[in-house]
Amino acid sequence: MKKQWISALALAAGLSATGAMAEELNVVCSNEQAWCDLMAQNFKIDTGVDVAMVRKSTGEVLAQLRAEKGNPKVDVWWGGTGDPHIIAATEGLTTATGVDVSGLLGWAQNMTEMTEGRAIGVHVGLLGFIYNKDVLAEKGLAAPACWRDLAKADYKGEIQVANPNSSGTAYTELATLVQLFGEDEAFKLLAEIGRNVNQYTKSGSAPVKATARGETTIGIGFMHDMVKLKKEGFPVEIVAPCEGTGYELGAVSVVDGTPNMEAAKKWVEYVISAEGQSPGLEVGVYNIPANPGAATDPEAPDMASVKLIDYDFATYGAADTRERLLARWEKDVKNAGGKIEE
Amino acid sequence: MARTARLWAWVGLAGFILLPWYMVAGGVLSLGWIGQSGMGPGLMETATGRWWLAGPGLALLAALVVTYLPVHPVRQARAWVLAGAAGLGLLAGQGLLILGKGPRLAALGDAAQPGMGLGAFVVAIALLFILTTGISGMGRGRGDAFVTGLVGMIVALVGVFVFYPMAFILVQAFSLKGGEGFGLSEFLPRFFASETWSLACLSGAGYCGPAVNSLVLGLMTGLGTTALGLSFALIFTRTDFRAKTLLRVLTILPIITPPFVIGLALILLFGRSGTLTEFFAWAFGMEKTRWLYGFWGVWLAQMLSFTPIAFLVLIGVVEGISPSMEEASQTLDANRWQTFRHVSLPLMRPGLANAFLLGFIESLADFGNPLVLGGNFNVLSTEIYFAIVGTVADPAKAALLSMILLSMTLLAFVAQRKWLGKKSYATVTGKADNGQNAGLNPGLKWACYLTAVPWAAFTLMIYLLIGFGSFVKLWGYDHSFTFEHYSKAFRIVVRNGVHFVGSAWDSYFTTLVIAGISAPLTAAVGLATAYLLVRQKFSGKDAFEFSTMLSFAIPGTVIGVAYVMAFNFPPIEMTGTAMILILVFIFRNMPVGVRGGIAAMSQLDKSLDEASITLGANSFTTVRRVILPLMGPALMAAITYSFVRAITSVSAVIFLVSARHNLSTNFIVGRVENNEYGIAIAYSVVLIVTMLLAILLLQAVIGRRRLRRADRVAA
Repeated sequence: MKKQWISALALAAGLSATGAMAEELNVVCSNEQAWCDLMAQNFKIDTGVDVAMVRKSTGEVLAQLRAEKGNPKVDVWWGGTGDPHIIAATEGLTTATGVDVSGLLGWAQNMTEMTEGRAIGVHVGLLGFIYNKDVLAEKGLAAPACWRDLAKADYKGEIQVANPNSSGTAYTELATLVQLFGEDEAFKLLAEIGRNVNQYTKSGSAPVKATARGETTIGIGFMHDMVKLKKEGFPVEIVAPCEGTGYELGAVSVVDGTPNMEAAKKWVEYVISAEGQSPGLEVGVYNIPANPGAATDPEAPDMASVKLIDYDFATYGAADTRERLLARWEKDVKNAGGKIEE
Repeated sequence: MARTARLWAWVGLAGFILLPWYMVAGGVLSLGWIGQSGMGPGLMETATGRWWLAGPGLALLAALVVTYLPVHPVRQARAWVLAGAAGLGLLAGQGLLILGKGPRLAALGDAAQPGMGLGAFVVAIALLFILTTGISGMGRGRGDAFVTGLVGMIVALVGVFVFYPMAFILVQAFSLKGGEGFGLSEFLPRFFASETWSLACLSGAGYCGPAVNSLVLGLMTGLGTTALGLSFALIFTRTDFRAKTLLRVLTILPIITPPFVIGLALILLFGRSGTLTEFFAWAFGMEKTRWLYGFWGVWLAQMLSFTPIAFLVLIGVVEGISPSMEEASQTLDANRWQTFRHVSLPLMRPGLANAFLLGFIESLADFGNPLVLGGNFNVLSTEIYFAIVGTVADPAKAALLSMILLSMTLLAFVAQRKWLGKKSYATVTGKADNGQNAGLNPGLKWACYLTAVPWAAFTLMIYLLIGFGSFVKLWGYDHSFTFEHYSKAFRIVVRNGVHFVGSAWDSYFTTLVIAGISAPLTAAVGLATAYLLVRQKFSGKDAFEFSTMLSFAIPGTVIGVAYVMAFNFPPIEMTGTAMILILVFIFRNMPVGVRGGIAAMSQLDKSLDEASITLGANSFTTVRRVILPLMGPALMAAITYSFVRAITSVSAVIFLVSARHNLSTNFIVGRVENNEYGIAIAYSVVLIVTMLLAILLLQAVIGRRRLRRADRVAA
């Protein structure tokens, strides 16, 4: 009798132990929900690893990883702009995986090298502007083609852009202009554009959406968001600025201290593979994938047809440059810009 | 008394000897912990090297021994207090000193331990109740063990789940720039920084500081919602308005609406390209402007969202005013207006004050509306959020802004107390009153109709549009009918059983379960606190009252980050679990239960309790048989509100949701960010319908309280 009890207990202990051993992966995803879900689903089908997925914006993920440092509750962070990934790598919140990136495009390899393998580039998104054809015609305005056009007095109160203090997209724009025109010239231009800005939004993608819905005439943001809206039927046109433009690098990172390193590595390998990246088109992901073998949409922006600057992620991603530029923005641009009466 | 203490001592010892001291992966019921090394009960762990666990066990043993000693009851009680306090101190001390990765003090060697589990929990509860039983044995709290136990439990809960996590954040407010430790030198200059308190917008140049904006917005929203809530409450109780049921639904709808939805609807109506804006431009040639983005837009959205809260608080109070007073006034030849102005209105003061306080605090802590409609109008809650998640993370700034927000709440709270004064507002006395509530005089009646009815119509229009938006392809552009959004989110495949394949099902079920568990618990904690505050006297009552309001005034984002920082490591480790979500909801929504409970309970005459006690009932029985049945509406409001808030809150949980336990609001926010308004609104509609059904069900179960034979209104 006693023996039976002991073996029953041993069995229960064994069962619960194997329950904990089954391969599973906690992924926090900063891409669009549909893309997050689709990737998790495909990954499970192709590798058999069970994925629990939650979507959060990059700022939220970074705040969470900092708070959970030393005892992380997520294994992998996939997607979103690269800057927070770089910060996480510098702060030691993420870890190198040693996944082979030699098959990827150059910029993805550069990102990997820069972060010592902690963050691997997965996609590129190009910066541009969007205008609402209907509103533009109604107001009798000419379409803008260059960054300098945005400073024209005609566009007073018609432009919307995010606040670089809260949005990575707007910070990319700030850093792009600094790299294009030099710091002093860039801040002069930004202050001139600032006079035309009707609202500095909190979220980076808000100006693009507001333009599509006619809440503002011109918005600054990432082109892949714009392509999606255009395809959905909004009356918009997309502009690649004539002086050239900057871009963001989306990334994937494995969280330092993860208990599921093997599965995490599988995830990283999967999201940079051609078969992992191609299905993005099914759910309207129009950024440029890191794997040259992945399928792309003919209407999506591609790097060959747009004049690009050589974006210096190491310098402009660093915390001190960031703080200096943002402080100057606050002083020279936000407070100098004439207040637009709503 | 000795029996109670003995019982708790035995319970505690049983927990110490039988239950696993530490958190067990997979739960205690899985039994996987039995026999696993380092996962045993407290006693076994003590014997196998974790000597520091002996303290709480010994304290329990000492308390138990004392119960059998033939000594004077007061000395016995003193011994329990000593044992309970020492045991709790040792328990907390070892938890805070010896962490998962090793101890804080080098003297302790390389001792390490995981987070506390069920065994530790049972021991802590037992020690707490031994302590409170001892306190009552010493004559405090009128010698009532139930009252001291309740106070002790609520203090402990608020301490662990509000103060402990908040300490992590507030310490940040004193950190020096550049990570050079902590100090006071930078605190005051940063607290009163000019960019936070700037009044530049008054002179038309530049922006006002977020503190100023928040304060003005909070005052306006508090006043507005209280006034509108009062009109609705008066129409309900004092008129024979025809469409009361419709009105009732309309007053409930906004609180059961997930965040962002009202803001989105307002944009689609009043934005520069909104439907109504286009219409006015076409019909009257009005210029299309962006007036919605800024103070007025946020205020409008907050009025829509928070008026129902004021209404819920006020309806209970207005209903409870005894007709006797009004009849007496009329007998003395006062007309209806005089009766209202000098009798009814003053008796409503607790309700008005609590409604205003809730509106004010809700507005300060509101995050969704300012985010969508704020434009360049910055408020504290969004500034705090972006100080944490923005391009440059500045936790010190977030902590400072949170403290500013808290001090505003404190001021409002003090002002409310001053205004209420020490008067009595009891009108439910238990004495026979068979009269009729006075009707409203025509002027007041029409004033109520003219404010409430257009407002209700406006609310109705917005909700019809929301429903419409969920069935069209692309709201604002392509209005062809479609079920696509619903099928994407809530598709069910019936083939070899039922499969919930829609993308929303997961978060939907999780949300319902978590809200369902947390709602009754929230109501229980809230009403228990209200009972103590209104009915019992003990030292430190004011501080106690304020501390229960704290968690409500702190913006959700701050609470969320504080919870992650506090509960991600031993002694209490529970991030990534469903439990942390339940707890955050309980302690965030508890203040509503407290406020509603206080408002309702201050109307119940103390003689009711006294009569019950004189007849030999103890305070527990009095609560159960006399007070609770009279608290129907307050109970209903507390459960409803906490259920709904658990489903609709977003900022507090955005850091706490995990892959395994995702919530609806997080899902919706993701869709809104991605411009998929259709699916976000469809999901919101499903949630609204779900909550509406839940509320109707609750109403049927709890029902109306019967205050007098009939609630009639004089024609």
